[in-house]
Amino acid sequence: MTLANPQEELKGSGRRLAGVVALMARHRVLAVLGFLLVFPFLLPYEALAVNILIYGLFALGFNLVFGYMGVLSFGHAAFFGLGSYATGIVIVHYGMHWFPAILVGAVAAGLGAAVIGALAIRTRGIYFAMVTLALSQCVYYLVYQLEDLSGGENGLRGVDVYDLGLPGLELTLLDPLTKYYFVFVFVALAVWLFSRILASPFGAVLEALRENEDRARACGTNVALSKWLAFVISGLFCGLAGSLNAIHLTIVPIESLHYHTSGLAVMMSLLGGMGTFFGPFVGALTFLVLEDVITLVTVHWQLFVGALFVFFILFLPRGIWGSFLRWASR
Amino acid sequence: MTDMTADENHILRAEKITMRFGGFTALNNVSVAFPEGQLTAIIGPNGAGKSTFFNVISGAFPPSEGRIVFRGREITGTPQHRFTRLGIAKSFQITNVFPQLTALENVRFAIQCMSQRFNIWTPRNRYRVMEEQAAHLLEMVELHQHHHRLAMNLAHGEQRALEIALALACDPSLLLLDEPTAGMSPEETIVMMDLIIRLAGERTVILVEHKMKLVMGISNHLIVLHHGELLAEGTPDEVRANDEVRRVYLGQGEH
Ligand SMILES: Nc1ncnc2c1ncn2[C@@H]1O[C@H](COP(=O)(O)OP(=O)(O)OP(=O)(O)O)[C@@H](O)[C@H]1O
Ligand SMILES: [Mg+2]
Repeated sequence: MTLANPQEELKGSGRRLAGVVALMARHRVLAVLGFLLVFPFLLPYEALAVNILIYGLFALGFNLVFGYMGVLSFGHAAFFGLGSYATGIVIVHYGMHWFPAILVGAVAAGLGAAVIGALAIRTRGIYFAMVTLALSQCVYYLVYQLEDLSGGENGLRGVDVYDLGLPGLELTLLDPLTKYYFVFVFVALAVWLFSRILASPFGAVLEALRENEDRARACGTNVALSKWLAFVISGLFCGLAGSLNAIHLTIVPIESLHYHTSGLAVMMSLLGGMGTFFGPFVGALTFLVLEDVITLVTVHWQLFVGALFVFFILFLPRGIWGSFLRWASR
Repeated sequence: MTDMTADENHILRAEKITMRFGGFTALNNVSVAFPEGQLTAIIGPNGAGKSTFFNVISGAFPPSEGRIVFRGREITGTPQHRFTRLGIAKSFQITNVFPQLTALENVRFAIQCMSQRFNIWTPRNRYRVMEEQAAHLLEMVELHQHHHRLAMNLAHGEQRALEIALALACDPSLLLLDEPTAGMSPEETIVMMDLIIRLAGERTVILVEHKMKLVMGISNHLIVLHHGELLAEGTPDEVRANDEVRRVYLGQGEH
């Protein structure tokens, strides 16, 4: 071993990389949280960092049905928006404390997912995407019409949570870094829960449904009920993301419910890598940072998004993280 | 055949089953009873309705007309996942596994379906027993060396074996095998037939095979389907002596 063989060395480093990836996979929750913990120091623009946390969580919840179960929903804006509005409404109109308000948001979204899921789950493929899209648009118009409660077109204003009112701690969300870690605590909890669900027997059901629905049924899976449950869980996570967004922005824009928001979840999941644990956060980060940078140079960001989308579908269908994993384990 | 005494030694009765797809009648008024603990073979030429019959009695779809009675209880129209839990399992004619899961994960999942359907909390690897059972089943179908290979990377014969292991995962009392030897080499076929004979020693097996010769030796209850109708039923000798069966099979030079 006096003469270094470049071939060997390459193999060695490849193996080391594969080792690191395997380690990250084994400790996926720690890996994600460790990164997010130091993230604001890597990206010194905290408002964007908070957005990435929130949309990463949104994409994570979406990924449960899209990536893990293999079902494309085009209605997840409904859950993000319901979470936002429910939290916003109980804070603005009922003066509720932020903590129960966040739970109310997640639960409201879960209920929304239970109803929409029950109606949509018997359809498959493109029909499922269409039914969820249509139903989420119904939610949009419903909220739009309930102007007294929701603020209608102008969105819901005044979701002002500044002083967290935690005993012994003088924390205010006016400080961007405090806000980041405030959101981080919820995201951390959600990421841990999510990982736990994936590792459970139900996580295996999701994989089986993605792989072969007919066989899963023949093995004794109640396909409709399992899909519905996954949809509700997904709705809860996306609702939590929405709740946090209401507090982050201090308003709830009506666009939260627009199908454009559903499109964001699809984009971010694809960009990051559908069905991968890190993908949603990688996707949210890439998308939002690119948006931020590119809108500085040109107003044609949408055009760029379109091109990016097509590029990924055609050349990197596994997304950034999915492709990286494949490359690392080659 | 509808009296109670007959029920006691028949695990499953199909009564006047008719199955239509649009205007096409794939099964026409088929009535058969399957004796418990025996190996029954269903034979018939291509398109006779054998797989359709299996789909009906395994709950994949309800018959257009007729009843299915399992252990004296009518189960017509019950959702398919309940059939599996009642102990009726089928292996598919066309290999139908989870391609991107390993052989072990395939079987482990099928075992899990029997007990942990909506558990979103306990880590899977806590259930060692399931993994052991899965390993045991893989050994039974001689896949013990392939635990960690993806199903899609298995050879055809190995996939057929995995198919059987998946069906066995629910520990069925009634096992339906739809042409398990389809596409297998003669050597693989021998191994598979051995396995089937062993399985038939422990549970009721119904075997679809369109090669008549293969089943004559191992089964003493034969059913012949032709154009969706029950053409003959009986022992191999009786079936072989049946004029109509001869006519159908002689036309294609007995397989
Ligand atoms: N889902 C379906 N829709 C429409 N027609 C069907 C369907 N399933 C089966 N058939 C038709 O019913 C007939 C019987 O098919 P089946 O698969 O039961 O035959 P088989 O006896 O299993 O034949 P083989 O030996 O080729 O497997 C065929 O003509 C087939 O085209
Ligand atoms: Mg067939």
